[in-house]
Amino acid sequence: MLIKCQAKGEKRMTNIKDKLLDRSNVDEYIKISGLYKTFQTKDCSLQVLKGIDLTVRKGEIFGIIGFSGAGKSTLIRCINRLEEPDSGSIKIGGVDILKLSKKELLEKRKKIGMIFQTFNLFEAKNVYRNIAYPLEISGVSKSEIKNRVLKTAELVGLSDKLKAYPGGLSGGQKQRVGIARALITKPDVLLCDEATSALDPKTTLQILDLLKDINKSTGITILMITHELDAIRYSCERMAVLEDAQIIEVGRVRDIFNNPLSRTGSLFARVYTEFQQIPELENGAGI
Amino acid sequence: MSLLDSSFWEIIKASFAPDIWFRLAPAILETLYMTALSSFIMLVFGLFLGILLTITNPVGLLPMKIIYAVSDWLINCLRSLPQVIMIILMIPVARLIFGKSYGTNACIIAISATCIPMYARMVEGSLLEISKGKIEAAKSVGSTNFQIIFRILLPETLPSLIRGFTVAVITIISMTALAGLFGAGGIGDIAVRFGYQRFQHDVMFASVYVLTAFVQLIQWLGNFISKQILKKRNLI
Repeated sequence: MLIKCQAKGEKRMTNIKDKLLDRSNVDEYIKISGLYKTFQTKDCSLQVLKGIDLTVRKGEIFGIIGFSGAGKSTLIRCINRLEEPDSGSIKIGGVDILKLSKKELLEKRKKIGMIFQTFNLFEAKNVYRNIAYPLEISGVSKSEIKNRVLKTAELVGLSDKLKAYPGGLSGGQKQRVGIARALITKPDVLLCDEATSALDPKTTLQILDLLKDINKSTGITILMITHELDAIRYSCERMAVLEDAQIIEVGRVRDIFNNPLSRTGSLFARVYTEFQQIPELENGAGI
Repeated sequence: MSLLDSSFWEIIKASFAPDIWFRLAPAILETLYMTALSSFIMLVFGLFLGILLTITNPVGLLPMKIIYAVSDWLINCLRSLPQVIMIILMIPVARLIFGKSYGTNACIIAISATCIPMYARMVEGSLLEISKGKIEAAKSVGSTNFQIIFRILLPETLPSLIRGFTVAVITIISMTALAGLFGAGGIGDIAVRFGYQRFQHDVMFASVYVLTAFVQLIQWLGNFISKQILKKRNLI
């Protein structure tokens, strides 16, 4: 009995030590391994993803930065299989989404929310019906839909705009509708494809604050793709740099920003710090 | 009365004579009947074909190369047939369905056969206008293809579909003029038989008034409905 207790005790100590030393195995919510994607056109083939390996922990806000054309949009679209990668695996909560059948994929997608740079709202439907759409297609009862829509609309601050149509909304309001629509099915992951790139700085802050609040209150994992360094600095704990179809750097935002190793990272950091030297840049003097 | 022996103004005055309108009244009803039925058939089959073309397109929702290639080629063939040839081709079909190859119903078959491919192309054009992002958004919340077509594609492009339908219906109206070749009646038939062949130009003018009013009404209605929808959606 003593030996058993000792053995158990040792095991527990090793577990704790493991947890302290190697956090990367714990709470691995999104695990991308060896992702490859090539776009074939008649004249040439473009390799957009070259062996991507990435881990996002449960409940964290993770940012991916890169120049236009680096493969960010393709990467995030592979996660909910809007794009089919050529090879590799993407495990979300332990389930490899690339191996799911069509029916299973549709079910899994209801647990992965996505918001877009151009909002992609359904202009034929008013705000209420836009938010309700994911539940309507799942056959949820009308009273339950009403309940959830009202709650979610309140969460994003749109309770007074439910009868309006997307055509009459501002950019910030549209993105809120997009967020509400993505969150109504209570997903475990939220994918943000350049969600704030089309918004002015003040609205960007509002939306990022909203996302941070939601992350704190529901513990949802958020993956953000952006080219705005400020957005990542403001909201993300860890980040990765995507350059030439590969993940060049991964780590804490502060670490990468202060000491960028990649060309992309250093260029971003340089532009960022140079912009801060405002007196020298007056009157279009440039960098 | 003919333009050969009377002046233009006299003909116009004569074109409002009551006996002309007595003769025209049943023809108006026949035209309405032919237009309504042909439009309905064209709507159903044209919509189906248009949706089929859009989704089986290699870059569409459900790419099916063979079905797309065959439909595409078939529609091009049907569109390249002049209406008169189509009428002749439809004679056995009309005989099969209605028992006779002439008359109002036979005409409806011929008109539908000519206009279905045209409207299918219009529907395809309208559906292709939709931005890829909306379809991605619909997919990302777990919609099936069926749900995407009927809950997203069609409602989003509704104003465009209505405008296309309006143009197609007006084409049908002009095609009912060829109804005369079938002994089918209608305003166009009166205009050709009495107005052109018997030189009764007052009758012809009267037919033109009715047709003009009819076309104006349909176009106005289509524009109005389309505009109301766009206004409601705050897109205008």
